[in-house]
Amino acid sequence: MLRRRINLLFGGDEKRVDSRTIYVGHRPCPATEAFIPPKFCDNRIVSSKYTIWNFLPKNLFEQFRRIANFYFLIIFLVQVIVDTPTSPVTSGLPLFFVITVTAIKQGYEDWLRHKADYEVNKYPVIVLEDGRSIRKESEKIKVGDIVEVVEDETFPCDLILLQSTRDDDTCFVTTASLDGESNHKTHYTVPDTEKDLQSLNATIECEQPQPDLYKFVGRMHIYKTDQEPAVRSLGPENLLLKGATLKNTKKIYGVAVYTGMETKMALNYQGKSQKRSAVEKSINAFLLVYLCILISKAVVCTTLKYVWQSQDGQDEPWYNEKTQKEKDTYVYLKMFTDFLSFMVLFNFIIPVSMYVTVEMQKFLGSFFITWDKDFFDPEIQEGALVNTSDLNEELGQVEYVFTDKTGTLTQNNMEYIECCIDGFQYRNSDSMSELDGFCVTDGPVSKLQQKAGRDKEELFLRALCLCHTVQVKEAGPDEIDSDQVDGLVSELSQPDEQRGFIASSPDEVALVKGAMKHGFTFLGLENKSMKIRNRENNVELYDLLHVLNFDPVRRRMSVIVRSKSGETLLFCKGADSSIFPRVRQEEVDRIRMHVERNATEGYRTLCVAYKQLSPEEFAVADAGLRDARLALQDREEKLMAVYNQVETSMSLIGATAVEDRLQEEAAETMEALQGAGMKVWVLTGDKMETAKSTCYACRLFQRGTELLELTVRTLEDGGRKREERLHELLLDYHKKAVQDAPPVKAGVTRSWSTANQEYGFIVDGATLSLVMNPSPDTNSSRYKSLFLQICQNCTAVLCCRMAPLQKAQIVKMVKNSKGSPITLSIGDGANDVSMILEAHVGIGIKGKEGRQAVRNSDYAIPKLKHLKKLLLAHGHLYYVRIAHLVQYFFYKNLCFILPQFLYQFFCGYSQQPLYDAAYLTMYNICFTSMPILAFSLLEQHIAIEYLLDNATLYREIAKNAMLKWGPFLYWTVLGIFQGLLFFFGVKYLFSNPALQDNGQVFGNWSYGTIVFTVLVFTVTLKLALDTRHWTWINHFVIWGSLAFYVFFSFFWGGIIWPFLKQQRLYFVFANMLSSVSAWLVIILLILLSLLPDILLMVFRKPRGPHARQMKRRLPSSGTSTIFMLSQTTSTHSFSWSD
Amino acid sequence: MASSYSAKEEDGQRAGAPGPAGNANSGKKPDNTAFKQQRLPAWQPILTAGTVLPAFFIIGLIFIPIGIGLFVTSNNIKEFEIDYTGTDSWSPCYNCAQNYSWNSSTPCRCTLPFTLEQPFESNVFMYYGLSNFYQNHRRYVKSRDDSQLNGDLSSLKYPSKECEPYRLNENKPIAPCGAIANSMFNDTLELYYIDPNGTQTLIPLMKKGIAWWTDKHVKFRNPGGSNANLTAVFQVSTKPVNWRNPVYELDSDPENNGFINEDFIVWMRTAALPTFRKLYRIIQKKNNMTPTLPRGNYTLEVVYNYPVNSFEGRKRMILSTISWMGGKNPFLGIAYITVGSVCFFLGVVLLFIHHKYGNRNNSSDIPN
Repeated sequence: MLRRRINLLFGGDEKRVDSRTIYVGHRPCPATEAFIPPKFCDNRIVSSKYTIWNFLPKNLFEQFRRIANFYFLIIFLVQVIVDTPTSPVTSGLPLFFVITVTAIKQGYEDWLRHKADYEVNKYPVIVLEDGRSIRKESEKIKVGDIVEVVEDETFPCDLILLQSTRDDDTCFVTTASLDGESNHKTHYTVPDTEKDLQSLNATIECEQPQPDLYKFVGRMHIYKTDQEPAVRSLGPENLLLKGATLKNTKKIYGVAVYTGMETKMALNYQGKSQKRSAVEKSINAFLLVYLCILISKAVVCTTLKYVWQSQDGQDEPWYNEKTQKEKDTYVYLKMFTDFLSFMVLFNFIIPVSMYVTVEMQKFLGSFFITWDKDFFDPEIQEGALVNTSDLNEELGQVEYVFTDKTGTLTQNNMEYIECCIDGFQYRNSDSMSELDGFCVTDGPVSKLQQKAGRDKEELFLRALCLCHTVQVKEAGPDEIDSDQVDGLVSELSQPDEQRGFIASSPDEVALVKGAMKHGFTFLGLENKSMKIRNRENNVELYDLLHVLNFDPVRRRMSVIVRSKSGETLLFCKGADSSIFPRVRQEEVDRIRMHVERNATEGYRTLCVAYKQLSPEEFAVADAGLRDARLALQDREEKLMAVYNQVETSMSLIGATAVEDRLQEEAAETMEALQGAGMKVWVLTGDKMETAKSTCYACRLFQRGTELLELTVRTLEDGGRKREERLHELLLDYHKKAVQDAPPVKAGVTRSWSTANQEYGFIVDGATLSLVMNPSPDTNSSRYKSLFLQICQNCTAVLCCRMAPLQKAQIVKMVKNSKGSPITLSIGDGANDVSMILEAHVGIGIKGKEGRQAVRNSDYAIPKLKHLKKLLLAHGHLYYVRIAHLVQYFFYKNLCFILPQFLYQFFCGYSQQPLYDAAYLTMYNICFTSMPILAFSLLEQHIAIEYLLDNATLYREIAKNAMLKWGPFLYWTVLGIFQGLLFFFGVKYLFSNPALQDNGQVFGNWSYGTIVFTVLVFTVTLKLALDTRHWTWINHFVIWGSLAFYVFFSFFWGGIIWPFLKQQRLYFVFANMLSSVSAWLVIILLILLSLLPDILLMVFRKPRGPHARQMKRRLPSSGTSTIFMLSQTTSTHSFSWSD
Repeated sequence: MASSYSAKEEDGQRAGAPGPAGNANSGKKPDNTAFKQQRLPAWQPILTAGTVLPAFFIIGLIFIPIGIGLFVTSNNIKEFEIDYTGTDSWSPCYNCAQNYSWNSSTPCRCTLPFTLEQPFESNVFMYYGLSNFYQNHRRYVKSRDDSQLNGDLSSLKYPSKECEPYRLNENKPIAPCGAIANSMFNDTLELYYIDPNGTQTLIPLMKKGIAWWTDKHVKFRNPGGSNANLTAVFQVSTKPVNWRNPVYELDSDPENNGFINEDFIVWMRTAALPTFRKLYRIIQKKNNMTPTLPRGNYTLEVVYNYPVNSFEGRKRMILSTISWMGGKNPFLGIAYITVGSVCFFLGVVLLFIHHKYGNRNNSSDIPN
């Protein structure tokens, strides 16, 4: 039978391409007729993008795909081709600079990648070949090679573990560099492989490479002479991933299955999709406006030029004849080239340097987040992490915060609180006597021994000890075999307390520790048998037959063990909702009360059930499980089916309550976020009651908040059809929350301290899917919009019982709603990844549930409390800085180019530049770039402490307030005003160009230089006026830039430059300074240009620290559970003193 | 090994977006420096009515006297302007303007009488002014070869392309090439004082010091050094088409001949606006007793060479004294007085506001 199946599968191989066959050690095996070594890629890792040869073309191509770079390239080409007023250098040099800097940066990054690649690829490894160990370079490993890895080495490719030096055929690895989880994971050898790898004759069949780190399906055929080939199933527990490190194991042998770019690590290199910030969108909108200004300027000038030229004698006076070429050109072509020339002349209005400055600001600015010592968590010895610097300013724009509960709002630091066995409650005996008022009313509280039958107790505790996947950390042999424990129940010996457990979920550790408190200690897993020490200090051994793994869909896990007496037992633990339907009803009733009360108190509850399997039952289950595990396709589904089949008609023995403490300062953080006008939504997979109490504890729901519930429970209340009830409730809530609510002004001005009735909204996953995907006959879109409107009018929304994908769905719904609000998701677990990726800003918490959230986030912080500073201080400042940067850049280029435009009216529309080419080029690069860059990095218009204390300040910049059309118009008008002033002020001065005291006259370059000097000083001083935070750096760059301008002008005009065709500026600047009139006009114009700004600053209502702030006093909150509980039990009517 | 992996991972994730983080920060406590914690000591100026108020008064108090000073100075500058274009038939130069031809060998002369109502006391500067003459036209501005003008011999032989269409004439390079040089102003202006008794005295006009010193001595140089025979040096080239004499015959004085002729240098400094004036001559004060130009009657003798009718231009002769602020220009004085007054006025308004509403502002200044 087995044989037939193998043949069947082999036969299928030709057709199926989604599996690969690997010949272990490249030895042909008897099952296949001809040994054809299959082609797989080699083990070379290529993470670099470029080679020396293709770097230039490829990099240039990539860079010019950016629309801005392409635009400047076009301008440059126009300058080269057409006879334009400014030399190609003026736009070519900045473009060249930008392109070069970017290319160098990318080249450097690529070089680093090359270096890392080289290091990895040349790393020596030992490969077993023909019985000998051969040193090879890592890149030469081929699929099928048997590789030797010693302790603390990383695996050079994805290996199937064949042999380990450990006795129990396991090895430990840490995947810290893959997913950040630093705990040791156990991997198993393929069972029953031969000790002598040389004679091992086997093939491995496995799926084609795929990026999921935690999934692997494969099968190994072992051929032995004169025997039926044996088949072993291979799972992720047999696969050693490239990048992981071998620990606690001397040496292993494994066969390479995936190499090089096909390893799971390499497949995970792929970048995330780029997120764009709202500021970037604003920049693009402004760019469009400026492009329109640019084109209309060019059109106006071109038109006027031809109108003017049509007059007699103006087109070609005798003193200024055209060249033959010009005469020969067609009029329309000439018009077109004239248009292009004007475009080129005015193109400085859209500066290349803005992109550079914005990029630099973002890049350098994000260092402040990593440097912030307030984000440093001494516990994990890590600070904040910035994965992308593109979204810094978005942190200041957040309107919706989606937060995970477990691990984010709560610590995910599980503490066993109590258990309930057969309807009787057992609390940790130490604290029993101190327990006060709020404790149980529904069950007697007393010593463990006086409760449910001893058998039941022990069964329950054994269940806790056995039903898990916890490992015992091996600190040393002495500690494990430590001396006997004499205290039975409450007395715990020191070594036990110190014993480290490692588990994927902290709940399990808490439960095992809980069982320890009651006298049952889990000693570890050895040779597939679990050792526990019972209350009598006897060691019991159980053979671990199967582990039915936990998964979020089933929400439970089981183990099948065989005791020494030969009984086969199944222990199952899981969420109440998943256990209750699978046990007898009368048992449920006894325990349900406890479970629900515990849930209301904010504990995580798990129910424990067991089942005795008859040998027949076990045989069926065993076969089913083995079959399912061997399946290559749909293994998950098949396993699931078997699991569901096995885990039936169990008997409930008890329930546990584990407390998950609130994160430090969770309540303050939430309060601050709400005060800042953000709406906080809690998205959790947890039960409604637990989540609700967490919400109260975090003050997301306040005393007066009216809760609108839309859950399965409320839907089933009416006894009618769900859809009808849903419709009714939605309309009802909508009326309450949306229609009857007083109109809200502009969304953000509503203060939470007003007397308005506040609403909290609760929805669960099942109902949500009803709302999101209703049956086709109902008016579906209506539900969604009703739902959304209700949600948007509530101060806090709680979504419980959410699947990960539903979380993302919610985020997406809000993200795409009217006004496209900026969303932020924060979470710590793998189940939050989807919502982190979906939201505008994804924040990962470096929590205990691994590093997946951190890896996929844009920013990662160690604790929830850091979110407050990240948003209120960093986000606020970044936004203000970049908004100012953008506005300032447009402004300074507008008043730079406007005089040049106006000059066209006085030079016969001939595209004569007002400024010298050097000034045109240097203006944005040197003279005015550094002060704004320093400003945009250092400005703190309001002190950080003050920002943190006054969350309401965050509302002032909400909705992209500083980049709306209003402020943009102000800056534009200011630019136009100053541009007009510069040009006409100097023009009136030049009505008599004899400006020197020796009667000599100034020419056109002096004119331009005076305008330019006024310009540089004005825009720099304008920035100085806006600077509220003058550090020495600001002083240095602002005054330094001005000094540099003066120095440069002297220098540039002081030498006859041999490479210049025309010595236009020769001594122009020096002569200008020798004229008193020039000095006077410069001072006058600078002052006059800044006057409106000064006035506005004085007249405008003082902002920031000087604004009147109402401070509300709130009770100091901690993470006290007592507080949280008193809230929930007293029907949420706690009071505070004001 | 592990770190190199993680570095790569970072790179892959960011895909071009520069992120500074990653490798550096893990497991390391950030430095507690003022810069990194954004706590650099900083001066935080706050512009309030209280701080700006004195500034306004000070600006007002400084600007108004300066403005008055400028205005008075400008008013004290004597300026006389006479238009000699000859567009009107009654004008003495009408004939010259009408019968103009480039090739006429006999120069056309016209005489314009005028009267100075007031004596010009100090040095008098004589300007010629042109209107509607676009010296700032792009094609015109760039039509020159500065290296040729700097005495570069190769540029003398092969002038820059920018000089087109005034680069070559009959296959000989033009020196000085380009439209600017070609259209050099070539009217000759002479000033005669008519004594009350009727005798005409030629007023001596000085042509030294009308161009920028640096232009004359550095930027413009004759080819072949200062002592070379200009005639020989310029033999390879030909004169600009509109010129009557070649460049080495601009003046008899070798210090003012060729490219370093000051009239030429002044012309080569292109004007900023289509209406401009250029310094032509300086009439130096003789002694302290007599004014440089006493009040009375004068005649301006013009050798009319320069046609402006074709583009509706105007030609003027301007006599002006000069003060420390340059020529006569009331703009600066008026502007200073206006701005000063506005500042002062604003100061008063602010003071009023500050006084009336100041208390409230003050109390809000104190952060709780």
